[in-house]
Amino acid sequence: MISLPPFVLFYLAAAAALLLRGTPRAVLLVATPLAGALNLWLLPADASVLLPFLETTLEPLRVDRLSQLFGYLFHLAALIGFVYALHVRDTLQHVSALLYVGSALGAVFAGDLLSFFLFWEAMAVSSVFLVWARGTPAAYSAGMRYLVIQVTSGLLLLVGLLLHWRVTGSLEFDSIGTGHVSGWLMLFALGLKAAFPLLHSWLIDAYPESTPTGTVFLSAFTTKVAIYALARGFPGTELLVYAGVTMACFPIYMAVVENDLRRVLAYSLVNQLGFMVVGIGIGTELAINGAVAHAFTDVIFKGLLFMAMGAVLYRTGKINGSELGGLYKTMPKTTVLCIIGAASISAFPLFSGFVSKSMIMSAALKDGYDGAWLLLLFASAGVFHHAGIKIPYFAFFAHDSGIRTSDPPGNMLLAMLIAALLCIGIGVFPGMLYRALPFDVAYTPYDVTHVLTQLQLLVFSALAFVWLNKRGIYPPELNAVHLDVDWTYRRLLPRLAGPLFGAVAAADRGLRSLGGRAVTGVVAVARDLGSAGGVLSRQVGTGTMVTWVTLLLAIYLLLSFL
Amino acid sequence: MADEKRYLFDQPRNVQRVLWTLYTCATVLLLLELVVHRHTEHPWEWLPGFYPAYGFIGCVVLVVAAKWLRRIIIRPEDYYQRGDLPRQPQSGVGPP
Repeated sequence: MISLPPFVLFYLAAAAALLLRGTPRAVLLVATPLAGALNLWLLPADASVLLPFLETTLEPLRVDRLSQLFGYLFHLAALIGFVYALHVRDTLQHVSALLYVGSALGAVFAGDLLSFFLFWEAMAVSSVFLVWARGTPAAYSAGMRYLVIQVTSGLLLLVGLLLHWRVTGSLEFDSIGTGHVSGWLMLFALGLKAAFPLLHSWLIDAYPESTPTGTVFLSAFTTKVAIYALARGFPGTELLVYAGVTMACFPIYMAVVENDLRRVLAYSLVNQLGFMVVGIGIGTELAINGAVAHAFTDVIFKGLLFMAMGAVLYRTGKINGSELGGLYKTMPKTTVLCIIGAASISAFPLFSGFVSKSMIMSAALKDGYDGAWLLLLFASAGVFHHAGIKIPYFAFFAHDSGIRTSDPPGNMLLAMLIAALLCIGIGVFPGMLYRALPFDVAYTPYDVTHVLTQLQLLVFSALAFVWLNKRGIYPPELNAVHLDVDWTYRRLLPRLAGPLFGAVAAADRGLRSLGGRAVTGVVAVARDLGSAGGVLSRQVGTGTMVTWVTLLLAIYLLLSFL
Repeated sequence: MADEKRYLFDQPRNVQRVLWTLYTCATVLLLLELVVHRHTEHPWEWLPGFYPAYGFIGCVVLVVAAKWLRRIIIRPEDYYQRGDLPRQPQSGVGPP
């Protein structure tokens, strides 16, 4: 049996999807991740493909435990995503999603930085079509900003890797560290896609503008590839602990006041990435395992929540908390599935978030990051507050919006069901996931202390929600824009640059009119000369020419005698 | 609406039931701490009621701070649409 590099299968499927329609394409979409997972299973555990390139060697395929786990995760996410999107009849979305998944797989199995860069850029270009697929003017402009930032990240990565190549003479993608400026450049590039503090606004801006199905894909891949790359290139970089804690804490404030429920989920995506980045920053085997495990569980439960909100948007055409409510009456299945996702992200015992997040928390305590631990604990309570309670509460309960609809089509429900079962399955039987982690570390999430303290934290957070609501302190959902960092490049910079551009434009106008006048003058002179009666258009007989030639020859003869 | 079906939480009694379940859970969890021996690693963890207090106070602080933050960052709904989007041609003004 021949096994292919994982990305090849998805690229081939993308080409095939262009030619197929209807049921054959649906079969193709579901079969590709399944065949891909089988292919990955058949790949030898240390498979490698080497390509000589200039004076170095590229390694477009390298399998190890870390990449393998992300490989399976991406196949799983693709399967869930495609089942969820089966009812969609949009070639653009299907093809770009296949290319996007293929590129993400290419990136996690790239053994050298140049191949990684190529897939990194391919992800940017293929994913932007998922944003644009919504077809609204807002999605178009958000997609443009998304593309600019994604490509910028790629360029930084390219410059970083070229410098790295010159300094170390190798392009191999292993631990990079921040010993050299090239390392910083690459860390910045990865940080852009991992939504580091102040670099996160592209995610908040673009993801909620995509289609109901597109957001499910977007939420799974780009940021997780960045987490994978950080885990490979920068484990134990202490700066990441602080960056991660900020990411875990700050977005929850924004999420509490945000009205667009998919934007709330985007904030909570950044918050969850914060936990992973802290794990990578701590850098111990337990912490890295925790970060990777959390990436695994997050793709599934965040996907589930995005799917539930996608179903709401698909059925009602609305996604603002202020316009929804009472949907449990007519979307009971979606409600239950959403609550399972909410329980998982909140890390309730027996749900998947619990078994992965607790590894990072334990690692933080063990390594003496007490302050970080306290802040992460606060972030855990905050996650429950904004994602665990707010999302289901405002969509499905709260005040009755009067909307009467129905549960989404069967394929959407099936995709959510698969994700929900995985959330519970991983939560109840974490052993399978733990065995697949990059390091062999014995860890037991279920002990009495841990379960009790986590339940106390969560139940009293819920109590706080009830109390705040009863007292009327809880901020109401308002139809409004809440500014984020993207304000700097959407409003502040244009405003500051306005006078500068104005001056440049004025100078440009002046120079152009000067040039224009010069050209007009030359043309006028030429026209004068060439017009009837002008010097250049005078009619002259052949005799005159012969006279002149004779004269010239005479002068030439005269000169030769001198 | 008389003809509409009555759903689960249309009965205030059922909402009260959910809330009382929550209160009971909270009390039981608080009392369990007295019975169960907890092993602790962080210096604050041994404090009785540390986790419940942290969860409750943390969330209240979160919401109050978020409300305060909202006053600074809130803008009208069409704030960005005013400049980002291509201008719609005004009716009757554009080229024929």
